[in-house]
Amino acid sequence: MEDLRELYQEVILDHNNDPRNFRKIDFATHDAKGYNPLCGDEVHLYLVVKEGRIEDICFQGHGCAISKAAASLMTDALKSKTVEEAESLFHRFQEMVTQKPGMEINFEGLGKLAVFAGVREFPVRVKCATLVWHALEASLKKKDRATSE
Amino acid sequence: MDIKKNSPNSTGLDVESIRRDFPTLHQEINGKPLVYFDHAATSQKPSAVIQAVENYYRTINANIHRGVHHLSQAATDAFEASREKVRHFINADSTKEIVFCSGTTGAINLVAASFGQKYIREGDEILISHLEHHSNIVPWQLLCDRIGARLRVIPVNDNGELMLEEYEKLLNHRTKLVSVIHISNSLGTINPIKQMVEAAHRHGARVLVDGAQATSHTAIDVLDLDCDFYAFSGHKMCAPTGVGVLYGKQELLSTLPPYQGGGDMILSVSFEKTIYNELPHRFEAGTPNISGVIGLGAAIDYLDSLGFENIEPYEQGLLRYATDAMSTIKSVKIIGKAARKSSTISFISDKAHPHDIGTILDHEGIAIRTGHHCTQPLMSRFGIPGTSRISLSFYNTTEDIDRFMIGIDKVFKMFF
Repeated sequence: MEDLRELYQEVILDHNNDPRNFRKIDFATHDAKGYNPLCGDEVHLYLVVKEGRIEDICFQGHGCAISKAAASLMTDALKSKTVEEAESLFHRFQEMVTQKPGMEINFEGLGKLAVFAGVREFPVRVKCATLVWHALEASLKKKDRATSE
Repeated sequence: MDIKKNSPNSTGLDVESIRRDFPTLHQEINGKPLVYFDHAATSQKPSAVIQAVENYYRTINANIHRGVHHLSQAATDAFEASREKVRHFINADSTKEIVFCSGTTGAINLVAASFGQKYIREGDEILISHLEHHSNIVPWQLLCDRIGARLRVIPVNDNGELMLEEYEKLLNHRTKLVSVIHISNSLGTINPIKQMVEAAHRHGARVLVDGAQATSHTAIDVLDLDCDFYAFSGHKMCAPTGVGVLYGKQELLSTLPPYQGGGDMILSVSFEKTIYNELPHRFEAGTPNISGVIGLGAAIDYLDSLGFENIEPYEQGLLRYATDAMSTIKSVKIIGKAARKSSTISFISDKAHPHDIGTILDHEGIAIRTGHHCTQPLMSRFGIPGTSRISLSFYNTTEDIDRFMIGIDKVFKMFF
């Protein structure tokens, strides 16, 4: 159970039980759906971006604990960030969850998102953690659909 | 409980000895002895099958049907001996009715192409069911799109059983083909194929049965079922991957145009006129999966040595044991409660997502399947994105199920 706890950290379980920003925005400037065909997880991400800054961000959908917590924590982290900052965070996050076990991770700037570091021990679950981030990228590029494939 | 691992049980299976036949079962995963509950995805392989494949490559490796030399003859004999084993295994009339292909998907696509070309026209109807695997949906959608035929669907009830009254109503003079799964890969439902074939034939429709999930659990008798086609895969019944069988009634197969063109499926070729080979070779273009076919023959010998008269009651015992155990957990809901089921159980939980259940059980060395199981329309029917599925077979034991229940307990401790 010990290394499972690395994956299912308290913060993740908490955000799975009680996801933050779990709602819809009727007048979103950007939105995109993320879909993981492997497990059927689906997330719909909504953003209000004004002058290059994310004023509001939230999501709806269904999925496993990892994907739900990832969406909850990502939306928390990105509120009031600029689009450039969000994109840079995406790359840092992706680097963290795909880093080979044993290699050092630079957690700088990741804040609470660091709880997903354990995902790298479970390669089949990386897509669960990154699904909502792919949806973010798609929405910012004005594509309406992203898959984690 | 009447099932015991360590002695030949009342069903006549010596499961301890059977387990010794399967090398993969004896390993640790994440530091725990493996519990393999994913038989429906692919079965494990007994040493006899692995050895048969190895023996072919080590001793008689040659191409078949066209060499005059000794090895080619030996390989051809072994290949054709498997065809006779398959014929006997499903009780077909003739080896001409046994077409080797890449698997169930390959077999269904063959029928969709050849039968579709010959017998299905614009406005005709093809009937499938809500239980179908994507491989028995998409080939028909492609065909219907191509020729303007209509795909219709037999509904399922809340227990995951086909609604036979609705089926009867759907049948009409436009129905040219009913293509239906024998045993549901997602829910384990066993469909009343014989009865369904009878009804289809009353309306002049032919019937293709997707037997992928049936051939390792129950004896198949195509004459008794009276189905027109029966498709199955080797790898779900202890044989290698990449080999499967299409059974077709000779009177029907002989009227169908070839599927793929190439070597082995012809008698003579000139640029003016090509004469196609006899059945079943007409449908076997190119060098086939020779080692796979030989492995399939060995798998049939192996299953025969156990006997379905022993396998079936043993697996039904496992199904009851697991169903009873799981029914005691309030937060678990079993999806699929058909009166007739094979040893497959799909379940959901309001506490944990299938993917999380799968990861935590894997951590305990227990291999289960999670997701939509290539049956997305069926999942939608139950209003769920997916399930966790355990699929049991004769090499599993009640102790495996006990281990699984302990694993499930750990899942719920995590997601209390």
